[in-house]
Amino acid sequence: MHKRSNEPFLWMLFSAGGVVSAMLMPIHVLLFGLAFPLGWVDAPSYEHLLALVRHPLTRVYLFILCSLALFHWAHRFRFTLYDGLQIKHLNELINTFCYGGAILGTAVAAYLLWRIP
Amino acid sequence: MNNPTEYLPRSYHTRVSTYWWLARWAYVKFILREASSVFVAWIVVVTLLQIRALTRGPADYAELQNSLRSPLLLTLNAVSLAFVIFHAVTWFNLAPKAMVIRLRGKRLSSLAIAAPNYVAWVVISAAIAWILLRG
Repeated sequence: MHKRSNEPFLWMLFSAGGVVSAMLMPIHVLLFGLAFPLGWVDAPSYEHLLALVRHPLTRVYLFILCSLALFHWAHRFRFTLYDGLQIKHLNELINTFCYGGAILGTAVAAYLLWRIP
Repeated sequence: MNNPTEYLPRSYHTRVSTYWWLARWAYVKFILREASSVFVAWIVVVTLLQIRALTRGPADYAELQNSLRSPLLLTLNAVSLAFVIFHAVTWFNLAPKAMVIRLRGKRLSSLAIAAPNYVAWVVISAAIAWILLRG
């Protein structure tokens, strides 16, 4: 009997994460990473942002963004190490680091979003 | 290993240089595209730090905004922006190659598949900016 591979599932997460990262991340990092700190536009107030992240839809949005983006990273980074650096002999360590990191990050995101007062 | 030829027939591989991807621009682009994932992960980390600071209160939030003004983090975020834009463009341009759509027996052109992605990108980015900036 063949052992069923979980590669298609991981690839699906990678692909969904790729779409999410491509569509949402440039504007996020443009605003929060450059435009607000450099004062190009007036940063939203603390109260406005807190009200936003309190909303259940925003929490779901942020959870999906963080989680899928991390699985996207895990899959891509894993193959970058395989092909780029050719360290196939460290296979298990790389897999644990990449997917373990994504799972851990997903758990942290869930905890942080859950805990918002 | 006393006899170096002992295992040759089965395990003969020419060793590829670790820097094989520097040989051609197309390979460099491939590695840069793959490297973009590291910046995707970095943006997630910053987003989670922002959420944590928001939860902790105005003082913590202001402190994080202050550290985001440091030259190191500004540079890192500028590089991250360049990489995620590169990721987005390569991702959208790959879409026509990943999915072949046929309409009335004719293959839909690459542009017809890639263009809606770009339109969605602009609309979604504008919507996020609007939601954030209206307060």
